[in-house]
Amino acid sequence: MSTVEKGQVMTANRLRDGDAVFLTRAGIWSEKIDDAALVQEPQATAALEARAADAVITNHITGQYLIDAERIDGKIRAALTRERIRTLGPSVRTDLGKQATGTAGAFAAVEG
Amino acid sequence: MYRYDEFDHQFVSERTAQFRDQANRRMSGELTEDEFRPLRLMNGLYLQLHAYMLRVAIPYGTLSGKQMRQLAYIADKYDRGYGHFTTRQNIQYNWIKLEETADILQALADVEMHAIQTSGNCIRNVTTDHWAGAAADELLDPRPIGELIRQWSSLHPEFSFLPRKFKFAITGAPHDRAAVKVHDIGLRAHKNDKGETGWEVMVGGGQGRTPMIAVTVREFLPEKEVIPYMEAIMRVYNLFGRRDNKYKARIKILMHELGAEKFKAEVEAEYARHPVQTTEVEQRELTRIEKYFAQPSFEKMSRFAPHFENAKRENVDFTRWAKNNLATHQVDGYTIVNISLKPEGGIPGDASGEQMRVMATLAERYSFDEMRVSHAQNIVLPHVKLEDTFAIWQVLKANDLAAANYGLIGDIIACPGLDYCALATARSIPIAQAISRKFADVKKQEEYGPVKLNISGCINACGHHHVGHIGILGLDKKGEEFYQITLGGSSSENASIGTILGPGFAAHEVPDAIETILNTYVKLREPGEEFLGAYRRLGPKPFKEALYATA
Ligand code: HEM
Ligand code: SF4
Repeated sequence: MSTVEKGQVMTANRLRDGDAVFLTRAGIWSEKIDDAALVQEPQATAALEARAADAVITNHITGQYLIDAERIDGKIRAALTRERIRTLGPSVRTDLGKQATGTAGAFAAVEG
Repeated sequence: MYRYDEFDHQFVSERTAQFRDQANRRMSGELTEDEFRPLRLMNGLYLQLHAYMLRVAIPYGTLSGKQMRQLAYIADKYDRGYGHFTTRQNIQYNWIKLEETADILQALADVEMHAIQTSGNCIRNVTTDHWAGAAADELLDPRPIGELIRQWSSLHPEFSFLPRKFKFAITGAPHDRAAVKVHDIGLRAHKNDKGETGWEVMVGGGQGRTPMIAVTVREFLPEKEVIPYMEAIMRVYNLFGRRDNKYKARIKILMHELGAEKFKAEVEAEYARHPVQTTEVEQRELTRIEKYFAQPSFEKMSRFAPHFENAKRENVDFTRWAKNNLATHQVDGYTIVNISLKPEGGIPGDASGEQMRVMATLAERYSFDEMRVSHAQNIVLPHVKLEDTFAIWQVLKANDLAAANYGLIGDIIACPGLDYCALATARSIPIAQAISRKFADVKKQEEYGPVKLNISGCINACGHHHVGHIGILGLDKKGEEFYQITLGGSSSENASIGTILGPGFAAHEVPDAIETILNTYVKLREPGEEFLGAYRRLGPKPFKEALYATA
């Protein structure tokens, strides 16, 4: 039996290089979605939003938003194909992006 | 060769220094994202899914060897070793860092290039036939009048605040390779019985979410009246064009809402109000500009090229490539070489730094140091001796640049789609790759004849799907990518917008669907009839039946 936990993850692009990043529980922006805080409660979501707003002010990130995701056996799967592509890199160049640098998410862009 | 003279070296360098300062102030927090975004967009820098993307302008699609080498250098040093040539005749880099962008802009400025997007609601860059000055069917070179219009418009205060952006496309040949009927204004050259040149004026075309074909408002406008007449059109647009809704502000909507007859009447009335007094300035300027586009010094040669003929006898692969990828030149003994950036299973329009250097060397050695980027995402060597083509082909072949599919089903146009683009609703590149693999055999492609297959990853239509003979639009249905197929589009002299055939397909179903369409055509075509002609004669019905028969 796999454990599945649904929720939301805060993501953004890092300002200086545009890389996709994800907000962790410790308040760090990680390149890896599996490090992200997955939250359910409105209060927790609000906390992520507040952190992200701070990170905009300190010029670390830009274009932040929440995405739907679920944690399956400890790995985070973004709901949308678009977001899974952001956790990997281009599906047509698997030699590039996170999938090539050890920071990839665990789920393929398109499954099945 | 033409050099951009609007942005002289000093201006571009100043802009680069300015951008360096702006980027630094953004990173230090002096500028907010809201303040910075318009500045970075003005410099061609967009935020995409994985990184920033830089769009570099290539006026008239023209590049020298030195400029192409610099593009290769940027690809290798600041990107991941490649670039993407686009339908807008420019190049995009996909892995750009904000902190390095100013250095890249400086590297571009060093070879008289830039990423400045003449953005905003003004008259944008003028585009022309990628075979301009070379094609055998050309009546006259479209670039001088294009340059005149560009210079006139970029200085014109009255037209800096139009309702929306505005694009011109110009062809000097009867066969339209510049897609003039899907631009805000298209011009096509004609000669009258007296041998004088005039321009057919077409207004109100466009793609995007509301595709439209331009309407001819003048069949034959004498050349010296072009500027005053364009002024009349722009005045009517400025006066009546909608400013309340960004999606309704293009001139195509005005044309549609007023109706073609009323629109023409308004333009003619406006034109009559300001009779042409003198066009001496324009005439003098045109003569000056023409010198920039002067033909290179071609040698006088025989039409018969013995080495070329020999090579064809000895090498079938070369023969096939020569048949599909060479086009007739104006000058005997010369030809136009079309380098396909669509290898089997490849990413349409992508070229590695190494491939760019190879093409630069070929251009320097064999094509008067000149290349063109075509809107079909290919590279053109415009002025090559037939006798040199075998040597060129051998080099191309060694560098995975010798795909013999120019103008065939393998020569697919595709936008970056969801693999890179933040606006995409579905991926387009994997669809192009799957189709390219399915029809890998060029002999098979030749049996289908000329077919234009265009793919966009969303309704913005950067991949020109509306005007593909076969168009594919990627959409999102409840989180799944699916693909709508249209037939019968065209961007040439008989332009038309494709018709949606029916319900969309899942990604893995698309290549088979394309094969069904092509086989239906082969079954029903008359001798010598091309795909588009057959579709126009038959209509969508037999294709629909074949596609959805089993559903
Ligand atoms: C990847 C980043 C890109 C973004 C964000 C983007 C965005 C857009 C948008 C929003 C429009 C619609 C503009 C309007 O109608 O007002 C547009 C139009 C267009 N794009 Fe792109 N685009 C991108 C890449 C490309 C590429 C790679 C090409 C060439 C292959 C391209 C070619 C075009 C063309 C030709 C049009 C004009 C269509 C028309 O006539 O309305 N774009 N783009
Ligand atoms: S058509 Fe859509 S998906 Fe393709 S490049 Fe343009 S905006 Fe992006």
